[in-house]
Amino acid sequence: MSTVRIPPTLRAATGGEKLVTVPGGTVREVIQGLVAAHPGLEAQLIAQDGDLNRFVNAFLNDTDVRHLQALETPVGEADTLVLLPAMAGG
Amino acid sequence: MTASTLTTPTRTAPAPTSDAPSTSAASAAAQRITGMACRNCGLAQPLAIAYVCPACFGPLEVTYDYDVIRASLTRDVIASRAPGIWRYLELLPVDAPPARSLPVGSTPLIPVDRLGAALGVDRLWIKDDTRNPSLSFKDRPAAIAAARAVEFGLPALACASTGNLAGATAAAAAAVGLPAYVFIPADLETAKVDHALSYGATVVPIDGTYDDVNRLCLEIADETGWGFININLRPFYAEGSKTLAYEIAESLGWRSPDVIVAPVASGAMFTRVARGFEELADIGLIERRPIRFVGGQAAGCGPVATAFEAGTDVIEPVREPDTIVRSLAIGNPADGRYVVEVARETGGSVESIPDDVTAGAIRDVARLEGIFPETAGGVTLGAVAAARRRGVIRDDDEVVALLTGNGLKTPDARSLGLPDGQGLAPVLKPSLSAFEAWLGSAS
Repeated sequence: MSTVRIPPTLRAATGGEKLVTVPGGTVREVIQGLVAAHPGLEAQLIAQDGDLNRFVNAFLNDTDVRHLQALETPVGEADTLVLLPAMAGG
Repeated sequence: MTASTLTTPTRTAPAPTSDAPSTSAASAAAQRITGMACRNCGLAQPLAIAYVCPACFGPLEVTYDYDVIRASLTRDVIASRAPGIWRYLELLPVDAPPARSLPVGSTPLIPVDRLGAALGVDRLWIKDDTRNPSLSFKDRPAAIAAARAVEFGLPALACASTGNLAGATAAAAAAVGLPAYVFIPADLETAKVDHALSYGATVVPIDGTYDDVNRLCLEIADETGWGFININLRPFYAEGSKTLAYEIAESLGWRSPDVIVAPVASGAMFTRVARGFEELADIGLIERRPIRFVGGQAAGCGPVATAFEAGTDVIEPVREPDTIVRSLAIGNPADGRYVVEVARETGGSVESIPDDVTAGAIRDVARLEGIFPETAGGVTLGAVAAARRRGVIRDDDEVVALLTGNGLKTPDARSLGLPDGQGLAPVLKPSLSAFEAWLGSAS
């Protein structure tokens, strides 16, 4: 079970929970597990093609997964996944 | 082109207003500011401290009733107001100017014929935003975000910065009387760190890139209750850059140029300048004419330029930026895809500029025109030359290049590629004979 940190903008769908533990061996599986546990997240996190919504950035242990193996990046039990809006900064 | 420098009228101190916007100001604002909407799915939202669409996670933007604005904001009304960004209040997402704010904007539009000739551009203007209060264009969005923070009653301002926003946020916070927390990459130029510190800000260096800083700030923005001006206040902050377009059009006698050239970091400024011209046409202040938009990025951190060249709008992030152009070193630009869209749809381009070209351009504009920009300005002028070679800039085009920060922020950059001490005389003894000996050997 890895840990997913939920930003405030998504917490309505997790009942206010900041930290959620989710099973899964890859980033894709963890996100799928998260959505299965909290279906209200699907519209925000998952695009029509089944991939991650382009407005969401995923960070595994603070590294953008696009710099790793994207959704196929392996996830261990001690790892933490963070999902954040892509729109900020500058 | 006239021979004189164009500018909006000479700045004087704005008339004082109360700390909180008056009821009538708030009421008038409620007429023209209709709320927020998602740029991606269009979902309407009430005006709030929010930046992400609750339905699709897309970016929220402020929305206006342009019929209301058209009825009240005329050229004469603008001309009757004091210089600065607040002369375009109706097009900005605040109820009223804050009681205390810095004199931001109304920077000059300068004809640069010698530089134009060197770059092969017939009619070249520089929008000289190096001379805003904290020496960069970032004073514009920071002023808007600070004003909104006051209207929302927020206890502090904060930001994630590549450098220029650090100073702008710190200065804006000092002006409105709020504490400031500035998060920066730990290896930022010393001049920029000292600049922010001097305004009394708390500077928080982070051991990582700007994108690491931004990620951290995204995680903490909504937890602290602070107004992170480029995160939870971003829909308001971004609107400040529209004033560049308003001022350019006004300085040109209420018309638009053929080409705008601007640096691209997150892309927020580039896209809002384009929108600014659209808005002016929408409310009838200028004739609607095509404008080609050209962006410039550093070759060592050019994810948007790469996407433009590849013909895609998918921005592949740059993990480790490698460039002297720290102010543009955003590897994961939030508005990158929208920059590509604007450049492509207008017949413009996004150019990738090597650091040695940037340094040379800084020297050229300083030597030929007496204007000393920071590195992003060198990139912009490099982009002018690149777009000219590409054919995006054509014979007889009127081109406006945005120099967005002052060279004193990056004083070492200009000497890249030069021998040490070029142009610097040796230390002379204070005697006439020493001077004459040196002059004889130097000539």
